[in-house]
Amino acid sequence: MQTAPRDAQLPVTREQGLEFLRQMLLIRRFEERAEQAYTEGKIGGFLHLYIGEEAIAVGAMAGLNADDDVVTHYRDHGYALARGIDPKNAMAELYGKATGICKGKGGSMHFADPKKHFWGGYAIVGGHIPLAVGLAFAAQYQNQPRVAVAIFGDGATNIGMFHESLNMAKVWNVPMIILVENNQYGMGTAVHRASAVPDMVTKALGYNIPAAQVDGNDVLAMRDAMMVAALKARRGEGPQFIEAKTYRFRGHSMGDPQRYRTKEEVEKMKARDPIVRFELQLVEHELATQDDFAFLRNDVDRVASEAVEFAETSPFPDPSELYSDVFAPEASNG
Amino acid sequence: MAEKSYRDAIKDALREEMKRDERVFIMGEEVGVWGGTYAVTRGLHDEFGDKRVRDTPIAEAVIVGAAIGAAMGGLRPVAELMTINFSLVAIDQIVNNASKMYYMFGGQFNCPVVIRTPAGWGQLAATHSQSFEAWYASLPGLIVAMPGTPYDAKGLLKSALRSNNPVMFIEHARLYGVTGQVPDGEYFVPFGKSDVKRAGKDVTIVTYSRMLHVSLAAAAKLAQEGIEAEVIDLRTLRPLDMNPVIESVKKTHRALIVEEDWVSCGMGAEIVARIAKDAFDYLDAPVERLGAIEVPMPYSKPLELMALPEEKHVIAAVKQMIA
Repeated sequence: MQTAPRDAQLPVTREQGLEFLRQMLLIRRFEERAEQAYTEGKIGGFLHLYIGEEAIAVGAMAGLNADDDVVTHYRDHGYALARGIDPKNAMAELYGKATGICKGKGGSMHFADPKKHFWGGYAIVGGHIPLAVGLAFAAQYQNQPRVAVAIFGDGATNIGMFHESLNMAKVWNVPMIILVENNQYGMGTAVHRASAVPDMVTKALGYNIPAAQVDGNDVLAMRDAMMVAALKARRGEGPQFIEAKTYRFRGHSMGDPQRYRTKEEVEKMKARDPIVRFELQLVEHELATQDDFAFLRNDVDRVASEAVEFAETSPFPDPSELYSDVFAPEASNG
Repeated sequence: MAEKSYRDAIKDALREEMKRDERVFIMGEEVGVWGGTYAVTRGLHDEFGDKRVRDTPIAEAVIVGAAIGAAMGGLRPVAELMTINFSLVAIDQIVNNASKMYYMFGGQFNCPVVIRTPAGWGQLAATHSQSFEAWYASLPGLIVAMPGTPYDAKGLLKSALRSNNPVMFIEHARLYGVTGQVPDGEYFVPFGKSDVKRAGKDVTIVTYSRMLHVSLAAAAKLAQEGIEAEVIDLRTLRPLDMNPVIESVKKTHRALIVEEDWVSCGMGAEIVARIAKDAFDYLDAPVERLGAIEVPMPYSKPLELMALPEEKHVIAAVKQMIA
């Protein structure tokens, strides 16, 4: 498993390191505020929290170019924020407000912003993996140096679309990166109870796709793994596979009683908190101090509060929005 | 004008648009080297090469899903599914991705993908002889075209290839060899325009795809007996243009729907409901439906033919309504 070398100099500048930390803190604070709003009944539907997995989104997105294409699963807040979507519009989407990133029509599971090449969170497990094959093919077809990334959990590797997609991506040699977050559970079913092999990288080898297993709680290891994968895919080496080993601190969604795991197990895994670990690394390498962390925590607290304020004071969509956007406007022929 | 087969009319639309727009490409099982299982794409691989006529694995979900992704990425994909029966393997992509994307993400990006697939039968037994157009037509956000003539096939496919929306383009395996007049120059048949294929005053027959031909043949025989049937071809099932149907029923006071689908929950059910709402006071008889017998399709030829509506059934149904 790849981790950033511990004895060498930390492969990050102070500015980059603090930016990665800021993003991870922002995702966490954003979600804590979302969780609070959910329990107050201000957010409906499903809310799948990403808390504990922030290093994957932040590291992976840092390893990409701004015009690389990303599709992800329904646990998508972290990726949206790491991709640079304004927390205000993200929170407003959770509230179902007109100022939401998708005008309140998508909700928690369907954030998207094509201007940032963030093509959305998708809520049918595995259903978006083929989209990344197509996005990668479009880049190849147009001779553009983009890669397309499909992000999903270990649970999605058991569904047919995963296998169809990996196979065709390899046959067509498209610049696609498959990023699997192995957080040990597909909803409440542990990996060993659902998957014939415990390591997701094994499945990639079945399609002759190069695969790396990475500590998903190590933001720098994630960034490096993504940079390497993107480099290889960009220079024509076809699809690349990354398995990020991680752990979800919260339930699958807000309505999860978590009967499938013990409190002791969760507490033990929290010792590997990606934020705490990265802070320790930064201090250890004298790149940052507790004062920096306090400043960042205040800053993301303010940003998250402003996002909540924005969402709460934004209007609900105009009733006419119910009927708009079913079909895209047609251009005149010719 | 030239006499052309339904197959060649479709191929002409593909070729014209591929020549015009570099973004248009075809992907599917055996569309390239083989030339298409129903020979629709024959010659296109030679003409346009591997890049634009792409063979795929037998993997319908990723065929449609990757086509959708390619459309998001700026291309104009045509995904061919060998038959509509296999679209079931890809139905999640069609239902949850293609038809939802524009709305669900607040109109931020569209999905101009064309999914071409034939319905049909021919001693292929239960899993290869189905019509699922009503399933797809039930989806907001998806255009469903089902042409019955070479002229409409080309014109509708041209519209599909220029559309900014996902289009389910349902052909019919037993129409590929049927010929008709097709203009030499470029033309388009718009979505959501039903077409009166034969004018009449005594009864309205509403139909589409292969049943158009069965209905027109029946109408010709009925005319010999002095019964003038008006035959309306829906051409697109979503958007659905009921105006010519309602106008016709106001004139004829009788309507018969002829479809190759099973009758229960088929397109006819929708047509009946709309006629009942918009032309109820004009009806002199209950609206009737003719469709496939509600059994899984049998292999044996006599049994298979018994399961499908034929000209004689249309004639009998009309006579009963008029009596």
